Amino acid sequence: MRSIILILLLIPLLAIAEQNIATLRANDIAVEPDAPRMGNEENKDIKRKRNYPMQPPTIPHKISGYRIDLNSNKCLSCHSRRQVADSQAPMVSVTHYMDREGNFLAEVSPRRYFCNQCHVPQMEVKPLVENVFQDVDAILDENKKKQ
Amino acid sequence: MLDKIKDLWQTISHPSRYYSLGILIIAGFVAGVIFWGGFNTVLEATNTETFCISCHEMENNVYQELKSTIHYTNRSGVRATCPDCHVPHNWTDKIARKMQASKEVWGKIFKTIDTREKFLAKRRELAEHEWDRLKANDSLECRNCHDFQYMDFTRQGKRAEAAHSTGLAKGEKTCIDCHKGIAHELPDMAGVEGWQ
Repeated sequence: MRSIILILLLIPLLAIAEQNIATLRANDIAVEPDAPRMGNEENKDIKRKRNYPMQPPTIPHKISGYRIDLNSNKCLSCHSRRQVADSQAPMVSVTHYMDREGNFLAEVSPRRYFCNQCHVPQMEVKPLVENVFQDVDAILDENKKKQ
Repeated sequence: MLDKIKDLWQTISHPSRYYSLGILIIAGFVAGVIFWGGFNTVLEATNTETFCISCHEMENNVYQELKSTIHYTNRSGVRATCPDCHVPHNWTDKIARKMQASKEVWGKIFKTIDTREKFLAKRRELAEHEWDRLKANDSLECRNCHDFQYMDFTRQGKRAEAAHSTGLAKGEKTCIDCHKGIAHELPDMAGVEGWQ
């Protein structure tokens, strides 16, 4: 009986604790917060290092207003096999011309058609959270030192 | 009927009996101002965005697509309206375009594109008309605002600079060759140069 009373007394304390749960939402649930400012897309046209060999390269230029839909693909108007001689842009990787069994196709495979599912531009903004990603070389170095 | 026409001919083919030459000149001048002014006012009224989007074909399709582009909304608030890009500014060219537009009245009356589906089915053809027109006049409507003479390549991105200082500068290419679909969505681009 005593323990039940104790639990009942603790319930309001739990409710208070709930309000202090860490969340990315700064405002109350019922308040519409101001939208964060939009960052500037980096537009330097300089290739960035990849963090691991299979990483889809990030886009080093602005893509605002570029449409990718059933009718047209603005990215491919520079990066497709036919266009690279004119545009001098890097050609989309050969893996994009394969179906999932590894057979080569004449066109970019439909499953690779929507470029910005994997390739994204970068913004000139302060990261919201610290990035603790470690490059594979850094990990190998660390292991060597341990031995 | 024939008598009436003969009477009218008699009147206009003879010198005026009651009115002095001065009155006739002044009256002619005033009438000219009214007619010409009236004509131009109507012409200008048909040359506004409100007129264009008074047809649902324009308002529901192309106008909605324009809204998200930089030619409609941007940081400095300068915007292009329909006639800025689709009607030449030069008077004779404008009249020629207005005469072509009678086809559009035909289309409105016979409901050529009165549904979204019909519009989409016809979009490639309609887009090609505009591409051909801009190709033929060296993208005149673009150049009414975007004057090559005053382009500062140093303020452009690398890729823009490369394209503008070569093909465009030599006159081998014109704006519309690369800048398709900047104000409206594109049709199926299969087979269009530079789009595959």
